Amino acid sequence: MKMSYLSLIYFFFYMPIFILVLYSFNNAHYSLVWHGATWHWYQALFNDYDLWIATWHSLILGVLAASAAMIIGLLTATILYRYEFFGRYLLNGLLFVMILSPEIVMGVALLILFTTIQLPLGFISLLLSHISFCIPFVVVTIYSRLVGIDKNIFEAAKDLGATDWIVFTRILVPLVAPALLASWLLSFTLSLDDVIISYFVAGPEFEILPLRIYSLVRSGIKPELNALCSVLFVITCALVILSQLALRKPKTSEIN
Amino acid sequence: MKLNNGFRNNTLILIWLWLALFALLPLCMIVLESFSTHQTPQPTLTEFTLDNYRFLINTAYFMVFEKSLLIAGSVTLLCLLLGYPFAYIVARMNDTVKNYLILFVIIPFWTSSLIRSYALIAILKTKGILNSILLSLGIIHQPLAILFTNYAVILGLVYNLLPFMILPVLTNIERLDYRLVQAARDLGANWLITFVRIILPLTMPGIIAGSILVFLPAMTIFYIPDILGGAKSILLGNLIQNQFLIAHNWPLGSAISTLLTLILVALVLIYWKMTRSNKKSEWL
Repeated sequence: MKMSYLSLIYFFFYMPIFILVLYSFNNAHYSLVWHGATWHWYQALFNDYDLWIATWHSLILGVLAASAAMIIGLLTATILYRYEFFGRYLLNGLLFVMILSPEIVMGVALLILFTTIQLPLGFISLLLSHISFCIPFVVVTIYSRLVGIDKNIFEAAKDLGATDWIVFTRILVPLVAPALLASWLLSFTLSLDDVIISYFVAGPEFEILPLRIYSLVRSGIKPELNALCSVLFVITCALVILSQLALRKPKTSEIN
Repeated sequence: MKLNNGFRNNTLILIWLWLALFALLPLCMIVLESFSTHQTPQPTLTEFTLDNYRFLINTAYFMVFEKSLLIAGSVTLLCLLLGYPFAYIVARMNDTVKNYLILFVIIPFWTSSLIRSYALIAILKTKGILNSILLSLGIIHQPLAILFTNYAVILGLVYNLLPFMILPVLTNIERLDYRLVQAARDLGANWLITFVRIILPLTMPGIIAGSILVFLPAMTIFYIPDILGGAKSILLGNLIQNQFLIAHNWPLGSAISTLLTLILVALVLIYWKMTRSNKKSEWL
């Protein structure tokens, strides 16, 4: 009874994706009937020059946004964990609200900002936006790893004369390395998949993958699109699984 | 930790500067913009007006609000009804199995909801998979027109947002001290009373967190009504998108965004009230 309910929900989650991947190999243009397997649609993707450009743009954007967000998020999680300071709760609350707030509000807010300061919409506006929406997720991921660490380690290091910077680079960073990797991968995935915020802050000169997919999706089902979506789903799926493996709770012996 | 505060101070300056510039300032600009007149493309307070809000209350836009609240409410309720039992069953599993089960909820949580919505089209089309199966089983005799209806939008939203309900609820149920449940049972409470008086109140923070994560996106993920609901289906997200990028009425779009933010603030305040004892934001 319990198992069948669980199976039903997982079926609901994964069946549509499974069918999407299956049909990306179907040797027919419009039909839902199975006409045999083909690589044809994947070859069509491979030869689509514009698509490669959009992919390249998304990769650069994702790598830079994830790296910047990881660094800023790591520093922020560190001070939230180690220090008491004025406005600590405010900072915590603001990050929390940023995770909860609807993406569209952030999208239009950034659009108004960029228009007001007359920053042309394109790579820079996208990068700044992507870094901003990734930061709260990085902070949460790293912070929840930090709370599992024995604080005495830091006290011991300080007693032995280590400065804050040494404690940070030699002790704290190695200890949170798995969470750091996970937060990078998740930020990269978020950046690669983001439609709503990018939709408002992207410019015509810098096309990115999710927006290209969105404009294709609006024109209906196409086998090439099935193939593209399948590829992207499999890649992001792998990234998420990797991030979760990195976040697995270590055995106590590894922490001490 | 008083000695070397350069590290702390520099980080504080960096993060506050970033958040002030790319989170707080833009939000203030939306609010300003929502009180300005149509002619000004940039937020200015030279001409203060409440017209944008008045316009929202008096016109057909209000119906979009009603419809969005209704659909988002149904989606939240459906996610709760489907997700809560699921989360409860998973939370009570042994750790090894549980980790895998959770992983397969986390995957749809992080992967592109656009792609997953697109995957639904092939299933819901008039000549799609669902209709083919139902027809061949003899359950229906006419293909159902599901795609481009509100039902398709609701289904698409539930499909995409269910993990956002399951994960916070699951985290909450995991932290539930099961001895309390056993104690209630020992003292003679039946299953229903135990659930209503013990389990439900203790997992309320998770339910509220999940509901916030479902309710607001349900109104604002504009591409789901767009691709599954067709041209007739307009929710708040589509309305904002229209005002900003097609009608170029930024003040009106800003007014709607401001109202959404107010709804968010109200929900967060409720959440904080319920979790005051629990300071860590560990719900993800």
